[in-house]
Amino acid sequence: MPENTLSQVPPLLQLKNVNFAYKNMPMQFQLTVNSGETLAILGVSGSGKSTLLNLIAGFNEVSSGDVQFNGLSIIKLPPAQRPITTLFQEHNLFAHLTVEQNIAIGLSPNLKLNTEQKQRLANAVKQVEITDLLSRLPAELSGGQKQRVGIARCLARQQPLLLLDEPFSALDPALRKEMLRLIKQLNKTENITVLMVTHSPEDALEIADNIVLIEQGHIVLHSPAVILQQDDAPNSIHAYLGTYSQ
Amino acid sequence: MPLITKTKYWWCSATFAISLILLLVGGSFLALINFSQSELDFTAVLTDSYIQHVIKFSFFQACLSAILSISIALPLARAFSRREFFGKQLILKLFNLSLVLPVIIAVFGIVAVHGKSGWINQFMSLFNIDTGHYIYGLTGILVAHLFFNIPLATRIILQAIESIPSESWRLASQLNLQPKHLFRILEWPQIKPQLPALFSLIFMLCFTSFAIVMSLGGGPDFATLEVAIYQALKFDFDIEQAVALAIIQITITAVLMLVSNLWFKPQTMPSPSGNYFTRPDRQHTISKYYDLAIFTVAAALFIPPLLAVLLSGINSKTLDFLGAEALWQATAISLKIAIFSSLLSALLAISILFSTRVLKLRLGCSNLAHGIESLGSIILVVPALVLGTGLFLMLRETIDVFSIAPILVVLVNALMALPYQLRILNQPIQDSFTAYDKLATSLGMSTWQRLRLVEWPLLRKPIAMGLGLASVLSLGDLSVIALFGSQDMQTLPLVLYRQLGSYQLDAAAVTAIFLLALCCMVFYVIERFIGGKYA
Repeated sequence: MPENTLSQVPPLLQLKNVNFAYKNMPMQFQLTVNSGETLAILGVSGSGKSTLLNLIAGFNEVSSGDVQFNGLSIIKLPPAQRPITTLFQEHNLFAHLTVEQNIAIGLSPNLKLNTEQKQRLANAVKQVEITDLLSRLPAELSGGQKQRVGIARCLARQQPLLLLDEPFSALDPALRKEMLRLIKQLNKTENITVLMVTHSPEDALEIADNIVLIEQGHIVLHSPAVILQQDDAPNSIHAYLGTYSQ
Repeated sequence: MPLITKTKYWWCSATFAISLILLLVGGSFLALINFSQSELDFTAVLTDSYIQHVIKFSFFQACLSAILSISIALPLARAFSRREFFGKQLILKLFNLSLVLPVIIAVFGIVAVHGKSGWINQFMSLFNIDTGHYIYGLTGILVAHLFFNIPLATRIILQAIESIPSESWRLASQLNLQPKHLFRILEWPQIKPQLPALFSLIFMLCFTSFAIVMSLGGGPDFATLEVAIYQALKFDFDIEQAVALAIIQITITAVLMLVSNLWFKPQTMPSPSGNYFTRPDRQHTISKYYDLAIFTVAAALFIPPLLAVLLSGINSKTLDFLGAEALWQATAISLKIAIFSSLLSALLAISILFSTRVLKLRLGCSNLAHGIESLGSIILVVPALVLGTGLFLMLRETIDVFSIAPILVVLVNALMALPYQLRILNQPIQDSFTAYDKLATSLGMSTWQRLRLVEWPLLRKPIAMGLGLASVLSLGDLSVIALFGSQDMQTLPLVLYRQLGSYQLDAAAVTAIFLLALCCMVFYVIERFIGGKYA
């Protein structure tokens, strides 16, 4: 493909000089994410990882700069109109709605679905294998099952961009691996672009094509995920991993 | 089990406190029953048409007060959670204090606005409209009950709304939920479990309401059981009647409390999520009008009476009234009573809680511990007037009758403040134990060292808070003193009540603002000097 045609296709998501005035720490982000990519966002607590997701999702308002989706600015859009779906670590489900209603609410706020939406719900449920749980309440589910329901809702919403805010940190290792594989599989089969904030370098290696490292509200490194395993990685990586030798 | 044998006297303090409480309450009952020579004839009392009316009215106005308070508090709490504005935190702080604001001050404010020569009537007379004495009777009782209970209900409902995790709000905004969905899916499930307990709390407060009904009821048509007891004691000196009424009231309140505790398990309030997120329905046009409307209603209810208290206090005779000897005498008596009763209530609360925390945390008997703690709240069931009268009959043999009134008031006020003290101190006293018991024990600290180095620094702030609230509660109390007060022995609320009763509104205005200032000062001084610099 000639290089000039490639440059005409805007990336899926682009953050241009995005500034955000956070209490004592002004943040600024530059970031480009391509369609189909899986990006892990790493950094110490309080560095601004979740804020980055909040700015993209529209939960926090950008002070200046632009967030573009397929080359079009989305910063004026309310969260509901952005092509985005989010999975949090906790509280993804409304406690008194059944599993089925919790997924349906992602498609229609009044829980009334048309035939097409019902089909989407059924497909999502099948993909994450929770068919038996549909009539249960969140209180009757395990931590892993709850996150599966959350993922099913994200899937049913069919948004091209999935933001994960430490979604599996509270799960046991085996379950966490299983969930990461599920996300990776959906990323491949549904061509969903994934941004995942995580505490765990292993998770990043398991799932991500690329990583960004955030320090004090700035992205200090953007590179392929394998850098986490390389001895000659930059100092910032070693400092973050605690593998700084000599 | 070395940890347990180490401190074997843990049960002494609660035993002392509980014995004292039971002695006072039980003794006063025995004295009452002894004094009423004739048999208590309940059928006669219960078939008396006036008593039937009083019971019906007590129920009716309490139900109405609770329903109205909650139906106004619900939209008000939503409006508070949706809006950010200057002074919001201050208003919410004041809302927290609504239960200790001296009732009689608010009554003055309400009379100054709604009374015969109040602001509204003065304004209406410009148009030659005479609204008359509309405040005395059910209206006045409801207005005053709303004045005190809407803040309480709003706080509790707002706390429920604030416990919704911020993730849920974010999710809601991503899923495009509209205000009605937000209410149904996010807020209502949090609020609903709190409502039964909230309803029964407000119902109970209004059912046993005394000072408000006495000063705004305006006559026997609008009397609660508590007021009927007062009338039986004060005007008819009919102890049998009072005891019978008291037993009826105790039975009703006890049954209500039992029912509400069994049926509506007191829900533990999940703590606020902390992580603040602006609600997505903030920008919604309808919700803007809705919030404006409810804020207007609340402002119309709260601001004029408070303003009246602040403004009417400064009049041409302010200096004369402030110079009056009676005012200063009453101030001295009020302060003495407040100091002794708040200290006694703090002592009782701390004694109970130091024992029950051992029961709960070391011995795992939390049911027994809760039982002991709820004995401390016995005053919620036993009418203060009845307790006071019983104590009078019990103590008059041993204590000089002339000095008996202040002692009675101190004892009853201390018991009245005890539920508040227990609620304020319970968690901190338990927390200091959870955090440091094992450490302090392993370091071999003596009881005294432990009190001085561990407990006091951790607890001085809540202790100051409890003392402050108990003092203000006592400074504003108008219950037992209404029975035993005399010309030489009156507290500030009694002075104010009498001024209101004889329509000396100028004098009442000065007393009201003076009492309010005194309450604020005492609260501040205690917080500052006992609570320490971080209070």
